[in-house]
Amino acid sequence: MKKSVFLGALTVAGLAAGVAAAGTLEDVKARGKLRCGVTTGLVGFAAPDANGHWDGFDVGMCRAVAAAVLGDGEAVEFVPTTGKTRFTALASGEVDLLARNTTWTYSRDVDLKFEFVGTNYYDGQGFMVPKALGVSSAKELDGATVCIQTGTTTELNLADFFRANNISYEPVPIETNAEAQQQFLAGACDVYTTDASGLAATRATFENPGDFVVLPEIISKEPLAPLVRHGDSEWADVARWTLNALIAAEEYGITSANIDELAKGTNNPEINRVLGTEGNLGEMLGLSADWAYKAIKVNGNYGELFEKTIGSNTPIGLSRGLNAQWTDGGLLYSPPFR
Amino acid sequence: MTTLTDPPKESFRLSMLIYDTRYRSMTIQVVAMLGFMLLFAWLINNTAQNLHDLGKEPSFSFLADPAGYDINQRLIDYDSQSTHLRAAVIGFLNTILVAVMGCITATVLGVFIGVARLSKNWLIARIMTIYVETFRNVPVLLWIVFTMAILIETLPAPRAYKGVETGALVLTNRGVYVPEPLFTNSLGNLHFFAGSPARFDVSLDLIAVLIALAGGLIARHFINARAHRIQNVTGKRPKTWHINMAVVVLPVVAVLVALGFYLGYPQLKGFNFQGGIYMRNSLIALWLALSLYTAAFIAENVRAGILAISKGQTEAASALGLRPKRVMSLVILPQALRVIIPPLISQYLNLTKNSSLAIAVGYMDLTGTLMGITLNQTGRELETVLIGMLIYLTISLSISAVMNWYNNRVKLVER
Repeated sequence: MKKSVFLGALTVAGLAAGVAAAGTLEDVKARGKLRCGVTTGLVGFAAPDANGHWDGFDVGMCRAVAAAVLGDGEAVEFVPTTGKTRFTALASGEVDLLARNTTWTYSRDVDLKFEFVGTNYYDGQGFMVPKALGVSSAKELDGATVCIQTGTTTELNLADFFRANNISYEPVPIETNAEAQQQFLAGACDVYTTDASGLAATRATFENPGDFVVLPEIISKEPLAPLVRHGDSEWADVARWTLNALIAAEEYGITSANIDELAKGTNNPEINRVLGTEGNLGEMLGLSADWAYKAIKVNGNYGELFEKTIGSNTPIGLSRGLNAQWTDGGLLYSPPFR
Repeated sequence: MTTLTDPPKESFRLSMLIYDTRYRSMTIQVVAMLGFMLLFAWLINNTAQNLHDLGKEPSFSFLADPAGYDINQRLIDYDSQSTHLRAAVIGFLNTILVAVMGCITATVLGVFIGVARLSKNWLIARIMTIYVETFRNVPVLLWIVFTMAILIETLPAPRAYKGVETGALVLTNRGVYVPEPLFTNSLGNLHFFAGSPARFDVSLDLIAVLIALAGGLIARHFINARAHRIQNVTGKRPKTWHINMAVVVLPVVAVLVALGFYLGYPQLKGFNFQGGIYMRNSLIALWLALSLYTAAFIAENVRAGILAISKGQTEAASALGLRPKRVMSLVILPQALRVIIPPLISQYLNLTKNSSLAIAVGYMDLTGTLMGITLNQTGRELETVLIGMLIYLTISLSISAVMNWYNNRVKLVER
């Protein structure tokens, strides 16, 4: 009896003690694989296809980092995480990078001790309702039953929104997106709320997407950002500049079609520095000179990745909106490569 | 003449701790204990050090911060501005609610099925065997999810009732509505611990009804005692049932009439039904699944208990002229209880602990609030899980204590 008590205590303490030390870059290189935390399945952002091959916008971020570090976009081990398990998975070292449409907030950055490496999707929380309800504004939702995924910023925004508008609602907490769909489609809740991009992705998988509408109100700012553990700045730099490389590539017109041509050398020094034919930016990061070339090569630049996974020609059908380049009136703006 | 002398006293040497069998076992125990304590100290130290390195000093101050999220199922008042501690209390009460409901239902069902499984009726016995084997051989999580899926997919959505006259009981795929007791001359509420995180209200109407009921029951006790006395003296028992009924029922009715009792029926208003008592799907699914699953185990305990009573008891009771039903309730079950109760305790504990699977259907129990949303929003994994473990431990130990007390009461007193 005494022994089992001790073993139990040991397991608990062991779990808590499993905090990885700094040096993630070396760990990943030694392992030959990047462990990347993604969703349990959100079409367009991260979901395995029929052959079990992970695909999506967030997955593209994982593959770009893997390519930059290891030279191979396939050298990724995807760890599906729920809204609840994701932070523990990252904090305990189970994953090296979390690319799981996670909102960048003050308390997560400061109090939870994570390092957000930059926004890869500017989002906001919205509502989806069946057309048959005849609702045209979120303010008409007084008394409605609302399905929410637990463990996300959405439930806090939701509480704030309804309180600010002085209307009541009945929250139905749900663990995963798939269960939320089931309840929503069966009419067990009137409204499904999550980030607008997630709503679009979910609606795309419905049999009759036309029977559902996304309400015009966007009730929050949700900058979705990949994140790493606090206190390992080298690794955070790798992830941050991989994202910046994808964004900068679009700005400078580097695409998967012309990248091989450009990599031979151009007369634009900025492109040369990104692709490693000029300067020693790769060496500063502890990577090979052509790290950005490899990262961009996997999925193309930011714009290509966006159009391929969630863009207007996909079933998800998201327009660029805030996620356009700053030169096109969006918010994407990479610091200079020099 | 020889004198008896004490044998020379052996002086204690250190090597005797290992080579002397009198001390050896003690030495081993002490060393093992020290080893365990060192290991434990190392683990605690390591955890504290790692948390310190991460910059996350263990702290429980988050419990006083506003929770910021809403909870649908709550037995006491709560809103998103209440503290995390209050949210934990809500979750704790929800855990207790489903555990108590589950334990009662599982016991009733389990006893019935256990007895029926021993029935001489071939069909009944076989059906019960099939029930027991299907329920206890499929993981309870699947039963919970399955029950929930049935409720969601088979029952109509509230808006299907638009324009339909609904009666007292409304079944929707969000939950079940039953009429609620309301009072026109309500006495209001009694506030306990007002202003503190443990505050709660108790309806004075309920207290009034309960007092009337208790008074009636006490009166009935005295009437029965008097009947006993008369029976002992004269051999004739006076007729008491009509007086008994009157003293129990009349005061309650009187109080209800005085308070202006009426039933509030659920009405479809907007998106949902309003009024009435609302039992959410999540609670029903969890409660049903846990009860049905645990009942299968309890049935086996009951069957084992009954089979443990020697056949001679049944035969002796029958020889006295007792009918089979009375043999079971008066002779066999009371004796079988002694065998049944110890394993029954672990079934109650299992049910309570299994209720932590509630999040699968979105029931906000302790695991869902404190160790779910609060953990996630505050990032205090160690603290919340520690508190959660402590609370579950307390609940389990309390159940054990109560059941052990009961077991001591019913066990055979040997003289």
